[in-house]
Amino acid sequence: MTETAPQPTTAAANPPVQPMESNLLPSDVVRASATPDLPQPTRQLTKIAKLIDVSKCIGCKACQAACVEWNDTNPAIGENTGVYENPHDLTPDMFTLMRFSEWDNPATNELEWLIRKDGCMHCEDPGCLKACPAPGAIVQYSNGIVDFIHENCIGCGYCVTGCPFDIPRISKVDNTSYKCTLCSDRVAVGQGPACAKACPTKAIVFGTKEDMVAHANDRVEDLKSRGYENAGIYDPQGVGGTHVFYVLHHADKPSLYSDLPDNPRISPIVEGWKGVTKTAGMAVMGVAAAGAVLMGLFSRNKVEPEEEIAAERLVRDREEL
Amino acid sequence: MNIELSRRGFLRLAGAGVAATSLGAMGFGEAEAAEAAHVRAFKLTTTTETRNTCTYCSVACGIIMYSKGDVKAGEKADLLHIEGDADHPTNRGTLCPKGAALRDFVQAETRLTRPRYRAAGATEFQDISWDDALNKIARALKDDRDANLVQVNEAGVPVNRWTTTGFLAASATTNETAWLTYKAVRSMGIVGFDNQARV
Repeated sequence: MTETAPQPTTAAANPPVQPMESNLLPSDVVRASATPDLPQPTRQLTKIAKLIDVSKCIGCKACQAACVEWNDTNPAIGENTGVYENPHDLTPDMFTLMRFSEWDNPATNELEWLIRKDGCMHCEDPGCLKACPAPGAIVQYSNGIVDFIHENCIGCGYCVTGCPFDIPRISKVDNTSYKCTLCSDRVAVGQGPACAKACPTKAIVFGTKEDMVAHANDRVEDLKSRGYENAGIYDPQGVGGTHVFYVLHHADKPSLYSDLPDNPRISPIVEGWKGVTKTAGMAVMGVAAAGAVLMGLFSRNKVEPEEEIAAERLVRDREEL
Repeated sequence: MNIELSRRGFLRLAGAGVAATSLGAMGFGEAEAAEAAHVRAFKLTTTTETRNTCTYCSVACGIIMYSKGDVKAGEKADLLHIEGDADHPTNRGTLCPKGAALRDFVQAETRLTRPRYRAAGATEFQDISWDDALNKIARALKDDRDANLVQVNEAGVPVNRWTTTGFLAASATTNETAWLTYKAVRSMGIVGFDNQARV
C-alpha cells in the first residue's frame, strides 16, 4: 500500500522515489476558471509560500537552471544582446527569470545592482483565473498554488491580460499558456519547488506561508539594523496577497526592481468585463428573451394570402430578369 | 452540400441558438471542465538514486542522480534528473547554476567520453586506447623529466624540482585519492600542481 504524501514544509529535502499518493487532488481546487458553482473542498491544505529575499540574491541563475531541468522545458540557446537577462524575457520555456537593474541611489550616491527573480506570484486573487473563459483551464488549490491545466486551455491569451505581473506566455508549439507551477508536482509529494532547493544563498526559501512571513520579518529587521530603513515585505494586498513574495531593501519603491508594480491589481477592464458588464449584459439578454416570449404569445405574426401572392410575384420577377 | 433553408427558417434557428447560449451563460446548464485538475506525474517515482559528487569545482557538492533502467538486470540506465543532496554537509541540497544543469552536461553530445589524441601538427583528433594514451603520457613525462629535472640549486642544495610539467587533477575526490595524487605528483618533483588537496 502506498502512503499519502505529507504536506511540504521546506524545499531542503530529497525527493521520494517510492510511489506515493499525491496530496494535491482535484477535490482541493477552491477556484476554477469559468466555473462559478465549484463544489468547495472538504479539507483545507496548509497555505504554502515561496519567499524571495532579493537582498541575498547573487544573480547566479541556479534557480533558472533548476527550473529548466525539473520542468524539462529545454529552451533553445539564446543570443547575447549585451544584457544580463538570459533569455531576455519570460518565455513558454522559461518560467522564471532573473531581472537585473542598476540604480543610482541618490541618498548614498552609490550604484546599486538590484536583482529580482521574476515569475508567477501565485496570487490569492488571481487575475489570470478571473479573466480565463475556458472552464477549468486555470485552477487554484487550497494551499495557494495557481496552476494551468493545459488540456483545457484554448490559448486565447486572456490570462496574459488578466495578470497584473505580466507572467503567462502562450506557446507557439501547442498554443496553450505556460507559467511557473510552483512545482505543483513536487508539492504534491511533499517537496518544495526546484528553484528554492537549488538556491545556493537561500535567497529563495519555501515553506508554510506562516513560517515564511515570520522568516521575512526577521530578514526585514536584520536589513533595517544594517541601514536599509525602507526594507520591507512585498506581499501586495491589491491581489489578496501572494504565495510567492519578496523581501525588498527598498520596499517603498518596488518599481526599482525591474518594474515590479507598486500597487498591483487586476486590470479594471477584466474586473469590469467579468463583473458589471457581464451582469448587465446578461440582464439585457434576459429582458430581450422575456420580451420575445411575450411578443410571441400575445401578437402572433400572421401572413395573409395576398402577402404570399405578392412575395411569389416578387420572386418570379427576379427570376425572369 | 446545399441545405434548403428559408429566410424564416434561418432566423428561427439563429434565434434558438442565441437563446440556448444565453441560457448557458446565465448559469442554466453546467459548463464543465473537460479535464479534471491534475498535476504533472511525479517523474522520480521508482527511479534509482545514486549518490555522487558534482564534477565541476573543488567545493564538491553532493548530488543525487536519478536514473531509469536496472543496470544489474542488464538494462541500460538512462539518467533522468540530477539534484543537490540535502543530506550532504557541503551544500545541503543547493547547487550553483552549473551544478543545477548537470544532466545536460552528462548528456551533452560534445561530452568527452574516451581518450583522444591530436598528433603534433595535425588538425584532427583521433581515437586512442587508454593503454596507448597512458603509455604516451608516461613517455612524454619521462622524456621531459630526464631533460629538465633540477636536482640541485645554485648553492648545491638538493631540491629535485621539475618545473617544466604541470599536473591538474580531478576537483572532486576523496581524502584518500587526494593524498595518493599529491604523493605521486610531488614525489616526481612536479611543482605546478592543482587538485582538491589544495583546497
